[in-house]
Amino acid sequence: MTVLDPPRTAPVPPSPPPAHRRVTGTLLRWWRRLTAMRTAIILLFLLAMAAIPGSLLPQRSLSQNAVSQYFRDHPALAPLLDRLYLFDVFSSPWFAAVYLLLFISLIGCVLPRAVEHARALRAVPPPAPRHLLRLPDSGSVVTPLSGPEALDVVEEELRVRRFRVIRRDGSAHSAGSSGTAWPELSAEKGLLKETGNLLFHLSLVALLLGLAGGKLWGYEGSILVTEGQGFCNSFQQYDTYSAGPLVTGGDLTPLCVDLEDFRAEYERDLTASSYTAKIRYGAPGQDGRETTIGVNNPLRVDGDRVYVTGHGFSPTFTVTLPDGTAFTDLSVPFLPSDTSTMSSQGALKLPDIPGRQDQLALEGFFAPTGVVQGGILTSIDPRPLSPQVAIVAYRGYLGLDSGLPQSVYSLDATQIDRGRLQQVGEANLAPGESMTLDDGTAITFSGFKEFAALQLSHDPGQVWVLAAALTMLAGLLGMLLVRRERFFARAAAGPDGGGTVLSLASLTRGGGDSGPRFDALTGDLRAALDARAPAPGAEASRE
Amino acid sequence: MTPDPTLAALSDTFFSITVALYSLAVVAFCAQLAFGRRPSRARELVGAGAPVEPAPAIDVAPEPTAGHRWGVLAMLLTWLGVLTHVGILVTRGLAADRLPWGNMYEFATAVVLVAVVAYALMAVRAPALRHIGVFIMGPVVLAMVLIGLFLYAKTAPLVAALRSYWLAIHVTTAILGFGIFFVSGIASVLYLLRSRHEAKVAAGMAPAGSGLRVVERLPSAAALDRVAHRTAVFGFPIWTFAVIAGAIWAESAWGRFWGWDPKETWAFIAWVVYAGYLHARTTAGWRGRPAAWVNVVGLAVMIFNLLYVNMVSTGLHSYAGLS
Repeated sequence: MTVLDPPRTAPVPPSPPPAHRRVTGTLLRWWRRLTAMRTAIILLFLLAMAAIPGSLLPQRSLSQNAVSQYFRDHPALAPLLDRLYLFDVFSSPWFAAVYLLLFISLIGCVLPRAVEHARALRAVPPPAPRHLLRLPDSGSVVTPLSGPEALDVVEEELRVRRFRVIRRDGSAHSAGSSGTAWPELSAEKGLLKETGNLLFHLSLVALLLGLAGGKLWGYEGSILVTEGQGFCNSFQQYDTYSAGPLVTGGDLTPLCVDLEDFRAEYERDLTASSYTAKIRYGAPGQDGRETTIGVNNPLRVDGDRVYVTGHGFSPTFTVTLPDGTAFTDLSVPFLPSDTSTMSSQGALKLPDIPGRQDQLALEGFFAPTGVVQGGILTSIDPRPLSPQVAIVAYRGYLGLDSGLPQSVYSLDATQIDRGRLQQVGEANLAPGESMTLDDGTAITFSGFKEFAALQLSHDPGQVWVLAAALTMLAGLLGMLLVRRERFFARAAAGPDGGGTVLSLASLTRGGGDSGPRFDALTGDLRAALDARAPAPGAEASRE
Repeated sequence: MTPDPTLAALSDTFFSITVALYSLAVVAFCAQLAFGRRPSRARELVGAGAPVEPAPAIDVAPEPTAGHRWGVLAMLLTWLGVLTHVGILVTRGLAADRLPWGNMYEFATAVVLVAVVAYALMAVRAPALRHIGVFIMGPVVLAMVLIGLFLYAKTAPLVAALRSYWLAIHVTTAILGFGIFFVSGIASVLYLLRSRHEAKVAAGMAPAGSGLRVVERLPSAAALDRVAHRTAVFGFPIWTFAVIAGAIWAESAWGRFWGWDPKETWAFIAWVVYAGYLHARTTAGWRGRPAAWVNVVGLAVMIFNLLYVNMVSTGLHSYAGLS
């Protein structure tokens, strides 16, 4: 294609449609293809397939650690997978492409149907087909009643069955044909089926919108809080947090939570039976209200929820320097490495010791119920029955100001390897016991507190998602349980001049075996007609 | 709460009895297929809506008595097995003083119970379905043996996260949905076998009466397809509800209603596949065999979700109770 082409003035071949028409035609064709059911099924499959890697490969949204581990285990493969967003499947562009296409296809399919259905809801049932007895479910009944009387009976029976019924004089068919106009009846029910269908699909769209809203305006933050301490809802305070792109720091609800007491209870076989945290919450500076939260029982306040997502122990230490300066009750959370015994690991860092150049650190292992075998401390019970710590003391340079981020739960191993952080003592301690370092510094294991892993979540979309999910379910039930049926009847004079022959037929949408139901209804109609008939002996036959 | 050892042992005894009864039922279903002459009536599945006019039933030759008797015996054994199967779960629940679906052993046992009950109820309403008994109960016995061998977990109290009334709602509906999809999936497998046979007969490539005798005895392809579709239609809203209930529970237990935990992901995949099946069955070009394959894939996804996600992957749904 060149821009310099002169505008064509040459006569065009006989009938090529103008360019814009062609483009619209192509677009229309593509739109039809996209909104066809066949495409929707393919897209459903693509969606299912696209979700699979998200469950087989570690995902950043679930566990950053697992992803890092995967990178270490597969150094060649992992970057390649990462470029394909395979560690962020559910927020990847290709996953979004599949579900957005699916939803466009869905909307394109459902909206025209909704318009048509709105029209059908207001319309009366259509006239009976001319050749009723050609329908698969059809038959005729002979009755001594007159035509209108017989149709009265049929209408009454159908109305009891909640059909919408309309009577016509049949002139629509008689026009042009030789026969006289026979009165007829059309009935319809089950429009709720299509209503349910549309409700289901539109709810899916609403659900997606709610989900998207929650992602855009929602946030969550996690923090470990030791008993007696607390946090306020701000991103600076959280250990980790994630927030939607439209959340700014000012949007966060002013809420502070203090952990007063944490309790874990166990069954006799050491299955954890409950975790409860006694907390005090309120706006910053307020005294706050007291409540208890736990597993399956979060705090819900003003669209925010506060959860207990885990727990552990924070051993407390007192460090007394040779000159008598004491740091009392330094408590630091140790992360559980085995939740069945709650053996935990952590580190205590003292970077700023007044009057000294070198820094001090402890790395340790906490056992709530400790047993020492061959000098090795292990935990045999998650309950703090006989707490002990095994600690290693280091002195030197911690590398906290090196610019590289480091974990608060462990020491920087490279500083130890380089010899800048030197081991100066190790001991197993029970509460109250101390160890003294070579320079006279005493480290006392003074006890422990419990900590709770708390999470504050804010998702403004979730109420909408729930409402959409429930209407979706209601629509689904309507769609699957309601049957859409049309029923037609036409009265004609009996063969011998007396009485009436009623031709009956029904049409069912999506009904696999409408035959037995048609037979049942015909049987009921016949019985009702017989009951009204002046004389017994009305004959009936089914073709 | 310490589990009651006597009741727990009784539950294990019930498990063995159930496997034995189901196995005998399989033998009886086999005998029905082997000794019954091909009954013409059996090919036409009676619609689940009760027939209004009983007349046609009279002029059809009664089923050969030997086969018929074996069929009745098989159903009897199946129902007896259902009783002891219920016994497994009831005694387990009493022993632990909680709902008996706290680990994978109990969950899978309950799923199989739902599948058997769903099938047995349908077979009572439509006796022709007895002819697929061996194909339902065979996999059932296999599943029970595998559950007993590999998933067995001692009666134990629930972990804290499971102590919620949502356990009764979410897990019960998940069990119901899974059990119903199990029957649906097998019906589709049989449909695939049967429809291939029927196509061959229709094409004149194989005369009627040839081919695998077992396939000859199956209900018609149309009837099998109907069973598969009906059960899937019944199971789909239940499964949808189970997923929604799970999301509501997850919101109060884990802090978010949906987090693409492996179990959630596979529940979603299964939901999408079954939605695909229901659409495929009414779409030109997908009706019949392709749709049936989708249903089979759905069952495969459900089983994968149970086995792989619980036992191999690590996620929040790790309640297998296996070490």
